[in-house]
Amino acid sequence: MSMAANRLRYVARRLLQAIPIILAIIVLNFLLLQLPEGDAADVLAGEAGSATPEYMAQLRAKFGLDEPLHIQLLAYVKNIVQLDLGYSFRNNMPVLDLILDRLMPTLLLMVSTILLAVGVGVLLGLFAAMGLNSWRDNLISIFALVSYATPLFWVGLMLIVVFSINLGWFPTSGMETIGAFYEGWDRVLDIAHHLVLPTITLSLFYLALYTRLMRASMLEQSGMDYVTTARAKGLTERRITFKHILRNALLPVLTMAGVQVGSLIGGSVIVESVFGWPGLGMLAFKALFARDLNLLLGIFFLSACLVVIVNLIVDIVYSFLDPRIEMR
Amino acid sequence: MKEFWKRFSRNRSAVAGLLILIAVILLAILAPILYPEDPFSLVGLPMVEPFEGFLLGTDILGRNVAAGIAHGAKVSLLIGLFATLVAMLIGILIGAAAGYYGGWIDDALMRLTELFQTIPSFLFAILLVAIMTPSIESIVIAIAVVSWPTVARLVRGEFLALRKREFVEACVGVGMSDWRIITLQILPNCLSPIIVTGSLMVATAILIESGLSFLGLGDPNVMSWGFMVGAGRTVLRSAWWVCAFPGIAILLTVLAINLVGEGLNDAFNPRLRNR
Repeated sequence: MSMAANRLRYVARRLLQAIPIILAIIVLNFLLLQLPEGDAADVLAGEAGSATPEYMAQLRAKFGLDEPLHIQLLAYVKNIVQLDLGYSFRNNMPVLDLILDRLMPTLLLMVSTILLAVGVGVLLGLFAAMGLNSWRDNLISIFALVSYATPLFWVGLMLIVVFSINLGWFPTSGMETIGAFYEGWDRVLDIAHHLVLPTITLSLFYLALYTRLMRASMLEQSGMDYVTTARAKGLTERRITFKHILRNALLPVLTMAGVQVGSLIGGSVIVESVFGWPGLGMLAFKALFARDLNLLLGIFFLSACLVVIVNLIVDIVYSFLDPRIEMR
Repeated sequence: MKEFWKRFSRNRSAVAGLLILIAVILLAILAPILYPEDPFSLVGLPMVEPFEGFLLGTDILGRNVAAGIAHGAKVSLLIGLFATLVAMLIGILIGAAAGYYGGWIDDALMRLTELFQTIPSFLFAILLVAIMTPSIESIVIAIAVVSWPTVARLVRGEFLALRKREFVEACVGVGMSDWRIITLQILPNCLSPIIVTGSLMVATAILIESGLSFLGLGDPNVMSWGFMVGAGRTVLRSAWWVCAFPGIAILLTVLAINLVGEGLNDAFNPRLRNR
C-alpha cells in the first residue's frame, strides 16, 4: 500500500478513537449532574431562583427527568451531540455562544505560552546540557526547581506588584486598553502589551518542564552511536551538537508540548482570573461565583474536546516528523 | 536503613529539603501554642506593615498574617497527605488489577486511565469541588480523583514486569490466592517507585489545594495559604505582604517536598545517580 493511503488510514483510525473518549466525557458530565441535591433541572437552570418556572418545566420535559436514568442519559447525549449546551440565565445567553465568544482570547494566551515555554525551554535546556555541571547548568537547574514549586497565582500577583504597580511597564489587567478603541497595528500592539505578563506567568511552569526535558533528552542523545560516528569522522563538537543531536533531542519536547494542553487550560483559569484576561478561564471563574454549574459543565466539556483535538493534531504532525512511527 | 540514610544524606539539596519540611511540620504542630487565638480573629489595625508589632503584618481586616501561615501549614500538609493517600489507594488497586490480570481487564482499565488523563485535571477538580460544595473532604476527593492515573500507570508497569517472574509463577503454582500474591508478593517489590511518586504527589496536591482555595473553593472554616493570597489580592497595591508571605510558604513547602522526593529517588536507585 502507498504511503499516502497508509497515512490516511492512520488519521481515520485516530479520528475514530477520539469518538468514544468524547462520548465518555459526555457521560461523565451527566454523572456529575446527578451529584448535587435537587434534580438536574435545578443545576441546568443555574443559580436557584433565576430561571422561570416555565423554563424549569421545559427543561424537565426536554431531558425527560421523570423517565428512568438511562433514558435521561440518552436525551442528554443527544442534546450535547447537537451542541445544545443549555442556557445561562446569569448571562442571558446560550452557553455555547458564551464559550465561543471567549475562546479566542484563551487560544491566544495558550499559543503564546506554548511558544515562549518551548522556545526558551529548549534554549535553556541546550545551554545546561552543553555546560554540564558548570555554574550555568546549576543555575538553570535551580531556576527549574523553583519554578516547579511556585503557585501560578502567586507569580502573577508578584509580577503585577513589580512590573505594573512599581515600575509601571505593563498594564495590571484586561486584554485591551478600555476606551482607547485602537485599530489595526495599534490594536495588535496594545493586545501584545497586555499579553506579556499573563504569558510569562502561565509559561513559567512549562518552561521549567521543557528545560529539564530538553537537558535530559540532549544528554541521552549524546550517548548514541551516531554521535560517536560523527565524532570519529572528525566533525567539530559544535557541529555535532547543533546539526545532529539537537534535531533528535527536540522530538520528545514537542510531544510533551501537545500532552500539556489539558493542564494549560487549568492553569489559564488561574492566570486569567489574576489578570482579568477575558477568556474561558475568566468565564469559568465568574461561573463559579454565580454558581452557574451548567456553564461550568459546558466549559469543561468543550475544553476536554479541545484537548482531544489537539492531541489528534499532534499525533498526525508527529507521524510526518518521524516516519518510523507505527501507522497500523 | 542506616545504609539508606547514608545514601540519602549524600545529596545535600535533599537534606536541605528535609530540614525545611521538618520546620514546616513543626510550625503546623506548634501553631496552637505559638498563636493560640483563632487565625480568623481580628488582632489589630488592618494592613499594618511587617515588623511593626506583627512579624508579617496584618491583612485587610486586621488578621495576623503570621498566625494564618502557621495555622495554614497544618491544613496544607494534611490535605496534601490525605489526597495523596486516597489517590495512591485508587491508583494501586487499578494499576495492580490491570497489570496482574492483563487481557480485557487491562484494556478496560487503561482506557479509563487514559480518559482521566485527557480531561483537563484542574478544571475537573474545580467542577468536583463546586458540585460537592467546598469542604476539606470534597477537596481531598477532588485532588485524589485527578491524581490517581499517574500511580495506576506506574503500578501497572511494575506489575506487568513482575507478573512473569519465577517467584510469582511459583506462588500461582502452589495455589496462593490472587489477592495474597498481589498484596504480599508483588506489591512489596515495587514499593520504592511508589514511595517516590507518592512523595512528589504530595507537593502537587498542595499546589492544587492552594489553587482551589485561591479561587475561593477552600473550606470556609479553616485558614489556608491559598485563601490568604486570594483574600489579599484586592489590596495588592497598598499591602503586598498580605499576598507575598503565604505564597512564599507554599513555595518553600512544595520545593522542600520535591527535593526530598528526588533525594529518595536517588537513594533508592544509587546506580542512576552516578551516571
